Amino acid sequence: MSSTHVMRLALVGNPNCGKTALFNLLTGSRQKVANYAGVTVERKEGRLLAPSGRQYAVLDLPGAYSFHASSLDEAVTRDLCRGFYPGEPAPDVLVCVVDATNLRLHLRFALEVRSLGRPMVVAVNMMDAARRRGIEIDLDILQRELGVPVVPTVAVRRDGAHALVELIDALAPTAQAVAKPLEDHAPTQESLHEETRRLLTLAVSQPRRTAALDDTLDRWLLHPVIGLATLAVVMFLMFQAVYAWATPVMDLIEAGTGAFGEWVARVLPEGPLSSLLVEGVIAGLGGVIVFLPQIVVLFAFILALEETGYLPRAAFLLDRLMSKAGLSGRSFIPLLSSFACAIPGIMATRSIQDPRDRLATIMVAPLMTCSARLPVYALLIGAFIPRQQVGIFNLQGLVLFSLYAAGIASALAVSWVMKKWRRDTGEHALMLELPAYRMPHARDLLIGLWERVLIFLKRVGGIILALTILLWVLLTFPAPPEGATQAAIEYSFAGRIGHAMTSVFAPLGFNWQICIALIPGLAAREVAVSSLATVYALQAVDDAAATDALTPIISSEWTLAMALSLLVWFIYAPQCLSTLATIRRETQSWKQVAIATGYLFGLAYLASLVTYQVAVALGAG
Amino acid sequence: MSEQLVTTGGALNLAELPHRTAATVESVEDRGAHDAIARRLRELGFVAGERVEVMAAGPFSAEPLLVQVGFTRFALRRSEASRVQVRTLPSVEAA
Repeated sequence: MSSTHVMRLALVGNPNCGKTALFNLLTGSRQKVANYAGVTVERKEGRLLAPSGRQYAVLDLPGAYSFHASSLDEAVTRDLCRGFYPGEPAPDVLVCVVDATNLRLHLRFALEVRSLGRPMVVAVNMMDAARRRGIEIDLDILQRELGVPVVPTVAVRRDGAHALVELIDALAPTAQAVAKPLEDHAPTQESLHEETRRLLTLAVSQPRRTAALDDTLDRWLLHPVIGLATLAVVMFLMFQAVYAWATPVMDLIEAGTGAFGEWVARVLPEGPLSSLLVEGVIAGLGGVIVFLPQIVVLFAFILALEETGYLPRAAFLLDRLMSKAGLSGRSFIPLLSSFACAIPGIMATRSIQDPRDRLATIMVAPLMTCSARLPVYALLIGAFIPRQQVGIFNLQGLVLFSLYAAGIASALAVSWVMKKWRRDTGEHALMLELPAYRMPHARDLLIGLWERVLIFLKRVGGIILALTILLWVLLTFPAPPEGATQAAIEYSFAGRIGHAMTSVFAPLGFNWQICIALIPGLAAREVAVSSLATVYALQAVDDAAATDALTPIISSEWTLAMALSLLVWFIYAPQCLSTLATIRRETQSWKQVAIATGYLFGLAYLASLVTYQVAVALGAG
Repeated sequence: MSEQLVTTGGALNLAELPHRTAATVESVEDRGAHDAIARRLRELGFVAGERVEVMAAGPFSAEPLLVQVGFTRFALRRSEASRVQVRTLPSVEAA
């Protein structure tokens, strides 16, 4: 690396201007995703290597409609563009991206950016789409009137940023030259619109209408009946794919970690180290990584739906229902992500401007059945619910479906109660842009997916690894005394904790083994299954019993009432530390964390208590 | 410009505008001081003289409305749309 100053570019523009696609094109895979210091707004930075050999740091700023910020995202963009953001040097050049097919809206913001008086260039993006729609833009006139360099870009084409990179390279030594003088006072709304109109009249000739394709698609996809039916089919296909497509890969991962564990056990001498690696680390982490395929499939769907512009349409269709329950159409996307994992779901609530809607969405996101709960459901349903046909349905499938439905119904009920509790009569805005439909682009999908996978793997490597090791320690120490008659686990810390917990959880039908499994479930719910396996394995007197699968053990040792109670417990399952940590980070409030923990625990305890007692009364105990 | 077109006939708010009827924005009215929603509506392009059209409505209680202004489509709840005063234009083109 050279010691000279690396020029910093910042991409700025309206939401849906194709800014992120342009960012991906400029920087490729040389990206770093993190948060801005102190706030939970995603910060994306990448490196651009120009043909001249010069390097640039490129920052992808959150989309904004105006510097009069109405969300955290917009405030970050505003402060950064002005060079006020603490800890972030002011960008050397602002690259203002505008969508050629939506200049009326986007030029207004470009003018607002220009009024800052900072060096800037304007990238008129999606020039190909504009040409196809018969929109003619005279870039020379636009450049002359704006007084800053204007270049065309096509973010979805490999060489689509060619002109932009050339321009930046030419500017690099004298970046200051492109600055417009700072305007004496901030432009008024009226003056911005006046100027936008003037520019459009001078430089652009366009047909009146939006694309005919968009019009037709919206007629069908937003249709009260056909639109809702399509949404239902899309959701069904998505969940079908999550389970059907991911299973073969998951089986492979399971077999792989199993074989790896056996190999390590053979190579290492028997002892604490081998036990830690095989029973602790490999089994524990393997049990979590196995969900990666499901998360990848789910996010591939969500990203593709987002890229096409369909997700805001789904928000449109469901807004009324969700606002009745104290949420908003905008809550749909975060809640959908929460079916994979509540953490990205809660992080996605950043796109909800309204603070109340955002908080309500965060609070109910843990009620969406995340993929981590699936192994628990799968284990218990497989062991206790008979494979029976009920009409055209499979009884096991029906139970699984009703568990998901119970989560959704509870979420709506909880947010409705929260709304009533506050006696909230204020107005909460929707004002959601429905962008033009677009073909998703492979590069953007792959980069987006890769980011999600990294976030997930970092979590596996961090908190989950640490807690897996901690659990192993609790389960293994202290060693049983000389002449011990019972299994070693009975003497361990975990064994004692589990026995102590039964005084609270006995009314729910939980035995001490379940209680122990609930503790590591704090780290990640999915660990509950592997913990049960570990507990029963370590409890076994001989090796033959230890290698038995978990299913026959629990189906012979547990009653149906216990299984149902545990299933219901996991609908609410308050014990996910990473989710609680995410709520803390996103709300900056311990109070909200306490409320979330309290209500989830309360609901879980109550629902399980009722389930167990009713089931026992009906003779299932 | 459009001053001479101001008559008493076609003035109504956006929530009352029949679907797929061309109209132009007259103004966005503030509900109380510092109405952030009204301000944002203006920033999104609901300013005097712009063409607007209600394209569709949501499936439940006809909420929200799908509104096209300029080249952009927005989902607006009725309470938001009712801030926007519009005027239908049977044959007159916007300036």
